[in-house]
Amino acid sequence: MSAPADDRLPLGVGPFARLVAAFADSRLALAGLALLLTIALAAAFAPWLAPQNPYDLMQLDILDSRLAPGSPSGDGRLTYHLGTDAQGRDMLSAILYGLRISVVVGVSATVLALLLGMALGLVAGYFGGRFDTLLMRIVDIQLAFPSILTAMILLALFGQGIDKIVIALVASQWAYYARTTRSTAMVEGRKEYIEAARLLGLSTARIVFRHLLPNCLPPLIVVAALQVAAAIALEATLSFLGLGLPVTEPSLGLLIANGFQYLYSGRYWISVFPGVALLLTILAINLVADQLRDVLNPRLQKQ
Amino acid sequence: MPLFVLRRFIQAFNVLFVMSLLVFAGVYAIGSPLDLLVDPQATTEDLARAAAALGLDQPLWVQYWRFLVRAIGGDLGDSFIHGSPALGLILERMPATLELALVAMLIAVLLGIPLGLWAGLHPESIGGRAIMAGSILGFSLPTFWVGLMLIMVFAVQLGWLPAGGRGPTAEVLGLSLSVLSAEGWRHLILPAANLALFKLSLIIRLTRSGTREALQQDYVRYARAKGLSNTRVVGVHVLKNILIPIVTVVGMEFGALIAFSVVTESIFAWPGMGKLLLESITQLDRPVVVAYLLLIVVLYIGINLIVDLLYAVLDPRVRIRRTSE
Repeated sequence: MSAPADDRLPLGVGPFARLVAAFADSRLALAGLALLLTIALAAAFAPWLAPQNPYDLMQLDILDSRLAPGSPSGDGRLTYHLGTDAQGRDMLSAILYGLRISVVVGVSATVLALLLGMALGLVAGYFGGRFDTLLMRIVDIQLAFPSILTAMILLALFGQGIDKIVIALVASQWAYYARTTRSTAMVEGRKEYIEAARLLGLSTARIVFRHLLPNCLPPLIVVAALQVAAAIALEATLSFLGLGLPVTEPSLGLLIANGFQYLYSGRYWISVFPGVALLLTILAINLVADQLRDVLNPRLQKQ
Repeated sequence: MPLFVLRRFIQAFNVLFVMSLLVFAGVYAIGSPLDLLVDPQATTEDLARAAAALGLDQPLWVQYWRFLVRAIGGDLGDSFIHGSPALGLILERMPATLELALVAMLIAVLLGIPLGLWAGLHPESIGGRAIMAGSILGFSLPTFWVGLMLIMVFAVQLGWLPAGGRGPTAEVLGLSLSVLSAEGWRHLILPAANLALFKLSLIIRLTRSGTREALQQDYVRYARAKGLSNTRVVGVHVLKNILIPIVTVVGMEFGALIAFSVVTESIFAWPGMGKLLLESITQLDRPVVVAYLLLIVVLYIGINLIVDLLYAVLDPRVRIRRTSE
């Protein structure tokens, strides 16, 4: 156990600065954060970074299909650093575009699930009563069921598409947030500051949103950070199985699926490189989330 | 104890009923399988006849009632595609999936507990850190991706193991099993390792944190003060106490393992019920999907019940609390 990070800071330093200092304690987490930022920037600026637009058929040359990494293109204009797929598409470009879709789907599903679960959990935890009992029953059943099954069944019902996969991911993940929010809200709701706010005659909405909610956030941030990685992995799995995104919106999972059949003939790059991109994304998020959990969890705080 | 078991059974039936309602409503209420099954050039009369034959012309609650009555008799409807009973189709493929899941769980437990114990006893050592780093990686790697890598390395590059399929099976008591022959194991080991990886990481983490916690408890200190050997302290006093959460997780996660075998089975062309589910979803074969889901729910409830009872056996505190209820 090293000395608590707080001791090294002068008094009067804000809570946020303390968090940053505590987070920076782990070099592995910082490396994860750097990797995560790189990935986020690569995803955001994919159209400007990619050597070609992999879905503009005018830019593809079928004669360049299935070239090994490092091969020059037929017209000599660019080098395929990560090889090409069966349509002669530059894998690096396809991965950058795929990363963009994977990240957008994962993040938007997480945000929506967080909002839904948080709202339901707050109401259940603060007011209790029948709604609470009913909600927790549903949450228990939902959590007993593996998320991949829930998502698969919903996609089977709704069909493919970005909006549908986001709905499926939200439906399979909201319960984690509802349960976390509810248990925190129950503990926080009994504390003195909430009682004081009530005695001051503040409106219920003000108490819940201004006083209760901010104090419920730390555990939720940790759950959300871990769930983004889970959402991205689940989307990739579903798309790999052919249930997730349609071929017009190829995420990393779909790219991997497209390369699967070429794996047997030794053309590994079509599957392996998108997989490495997916892996690095998930690993970076998990490293950051792990450290966030240690930093934000009062129970684990050193001393 | 009997009262406790009875109450759990009633609970289980309630959950099953609610799930059957949800599953039925979800799967049957949206979209019509007729578009898929009947020739697009069929007349409206043909369509109506097909709908009547499949019972799709009735109001939803009548369909559910019929479904329920038949379900209690063990008939979950016929597959739209295969024409044979849906439940039969699934049960036929169940031994393959159960075998895969059991072997995967065995790998996870037999490797996970020793590795986790070691990491818990020597948390600062290089080995302990390496084990933890490995388990973080195991959490981060998506199952399907690991499956592809296993195929690429062991089947394509090295050529040691087959890339998919189940290979020859031996019949025992009406079940066809792979674990009895060397060739069967050659087919089984890659998918089982693939399926085991995630649970292995989970068990390593649980065992490690449980060990670290147990080592600080008074009973461990007392056992050491009594002069018991290290082997006995770790093997009996520590291990016995960390087994409780591990048994729970192994039990609870077994259901998830069966569900996740969908992914592994489709990569390794393993002829289990997960692969059947995936095919049925893409072919809109609803009776099979419904039957699969209900079967999974029954499995889950059964597993939970067994875990709860095992709990009472392993942890006297639970036993006392329940008898005093």
